[in-house]
Amino acid sequence: MNFVSYLINGISLGSIYAIIALGYTMVYGIAKMLNFAHGDVIMIGCYIVFTLMSGFHVNAIVSLLAAIIGCTLLGVTIEKIAYKPLRKATPLAVLITAIGVSYFLQNAALIIFGADTKSFTSVVAMDPVKLADGKLTISAVTIVTVVACVIIVLALMTFIKKSKSGQAMLAVSEDKDAAQLMGVNVNKTISLTFAIGSGLAAIAGVLLCSAYPTLSPYTGAMPGIKAFTAAVFGGIGSIPGAFIGGILLGVIEILGRAYVSSQLSDAIVFAVLIIVLLVKPTGILGKQIHEKV
Amino acid sequence: MKKLNFKNMKKTTKDQIVTYAMVVIVFLIAQAMIFTGNMSSLMQGLLVPLCIYSIVAIGLNLCVGYLGELSLGHAGFMCIGAFSSAFFTKCMVDTGMNENLRFLLALIIGTLTAAVFGFLIGIPVLRLRGDYLAIVTLAFGEIIKNVINVLYIGRDSNGFHISIKDANSLNLGEDGVMLINGAKGITGTPHQSSFLLGIVLILISLVVVFHLVNSRSGRAIMAIRDNRIAAESVGINITKYKLMAFSISAAIAGMGGVLYAHNLATLTALPANFGYNMSIMILVFVVLGGMGSFRGSIIAAVILTMLPEVLRGMADYRMLIYAIVLIAMMLFNWAPKAIEWRQRHSLKKIFKKKTEEVQE
Repeated sequence: MNFVSYLINGISLGSIYAIIALGYTMVYGIAKMLNFAHGDVIMIGCYIVFTLMSGFHVNAIVSLLAAIIGCTLLGVTIEKIAYKPLRKATPLAVLITAIGVSYFLQNAALIIFGADTKSFTSVVAMDPVKLADGKLTISAVTIVTVVACVIIVLALMTFIKKSKSGQAMLAVSEDKDAAQLMGVNVNKTISLTFAIGSGLAAIAGVLLCSAYPTLSPYTGAMPGIKAFTAAVFGGIGSIPGAFIGGILLGVIEILGRAYVSSQLSDAIVFAVLIIVLLVKPTGILGKQIHEKV
Repeated sequence: MKKLNFKNMKKTTKDQIVTYAMVVIVFLIAQAMIFTGNMSSLMQGLLVPLCIYSIVAIGLNLCVGYLGELSLGHAGFMCIGAFSSAFFTKCMVDTGMNENLRFLLALIIGTLTAAVFGFLIGIPVLRLRGDYLAIVTLAFGEIIKNVINVLYIGRDSNGFHISIKDANSLNLGEDGVMLINGAKGITGTPHQSSFLLGIVLILISLVVVFHLVNSRSGRAIMAIRDNRIAAESVGINITKYKLMAFSISAAIAGMGGVLYAHNLATLTALPANFGYNMSIMILVFVVLGGMGSFRGSIIAAVILTMLPEVLRGMADYRMLIYAIVLIAMMLFNWAPKAIEWRQRHSLKKIFKKKTEEVQE
């Protein structure tokens, strides 16, 4: 029974990684950059919900909506100020800027909210489900997380396949210049990608903090990097890949923590990243990219 | 004796001499200030960390500025240098070995261990590029820190005992001594780092990097940075030169780590000292000082470390300022509007018409 409960926890954690990984994978696919600040957008979303819920006693759903709007605006603003002027710069310059933004958000949060760890109230106030004569307890957050993740992935895939903006995203990710010639507004499409990714980050953040109820300015950094690992694992640029990679990584982390060593769980996750990148750099569902001279 | 003629020298030689002179002058000024009592004890305490940051920044600059790859794992190499050298010193502290000889050996061991790790990590990592390389070096840095935090090594009359569980599972004998105590790290390393030593190590690392970048190998490394495919097509062995630059860069970071380990009584691998934040801080020094300019890295390290201490009220905002420096520097260097503005307000333009055209 222990194993099943670890597995369920792993899938739940993996769903959170998957939602975060969607943001990474979409931005990487379209803007060809690693948005280092994505993890910290999560943290800002959590602080918005935390402040609204415990400071102003706002309803959980309303606070979540506020966080989604807040993070979307934040994501778009970051893109406008920091990334857009560097569209033509070297990848190294863009990467350093992204690290700078990430560092900025962390330290701004540190000054505004303080370094102390806040205990986050779960937004899901339901009773846990008991199965197999009470031997197996599944918390409500776990169920909500997994369901939310599946809905988001399906919705996003439909959006990209069916809607005009979704098709524009695909076109920009294939070839930016050609898309522009075909009348796609590249800047708007990239902004939209950042908006969707950051909105999802808010949802992921709230689910993360509901499952692991501690909140500090560094809350987002580790899950962010792990979710990037998940995105790479599944194949960067692929939405189903992010989902599969996220779930697998979550399960690996929880099983590693349970059966190998709790202190080494991060090391195990990173070892997975390294192995994947060395053996199959394009990930499970990624496409091979040929370099042109 | 050959007379030195400063004017007719090669530009690179001039550059080197200016850098060495700058380090020595800063050292002399600092010494004079200490002797005349013009330096607060707080400032004096910062002198060794300053040297440490400068050394690691020189190492990282070799990787970022010349190899053109961003490593976020240099704190990890520092950590390796620190722990391997402190481990050696702890083992040897009771043998009655000469203090200076012991430190010299510790320095060599720390630097070499970091170089070996840089080489081993470099083999797989350098197959990747750009964002992937950055994130994998970050991952390696975290793994190193994590592993050291669960590493327990003790010694008794039966030899060494190693465990990755806890201190009790070492089964040390009566005469057992704890050498590395997991997350509590290494305690009781003798304090041997000094400002003078730091300056000497800065000069040594400068000699190494200057010789490297001005040699045939250095030019090969820069060719790989500028265009990998073109470099490969003229017969440059990409893997060899990349590994060379990366290992030397790691070795210099390890040297900084040795200085770090022998500056503190307790050495622990916390996120605060060997984590991702340290890597970022060093990166800020490199970026602000100018990627590819070793002198710049040292100047930036000195200014950014001293500034928050001089302006007391700024201490809380130090990290925030670092972040803004990173973003602002990149935007200033690369944003089309900033480039246009610089060209319009460039001082050189008044004297020369065509300047700085080929900067790509």
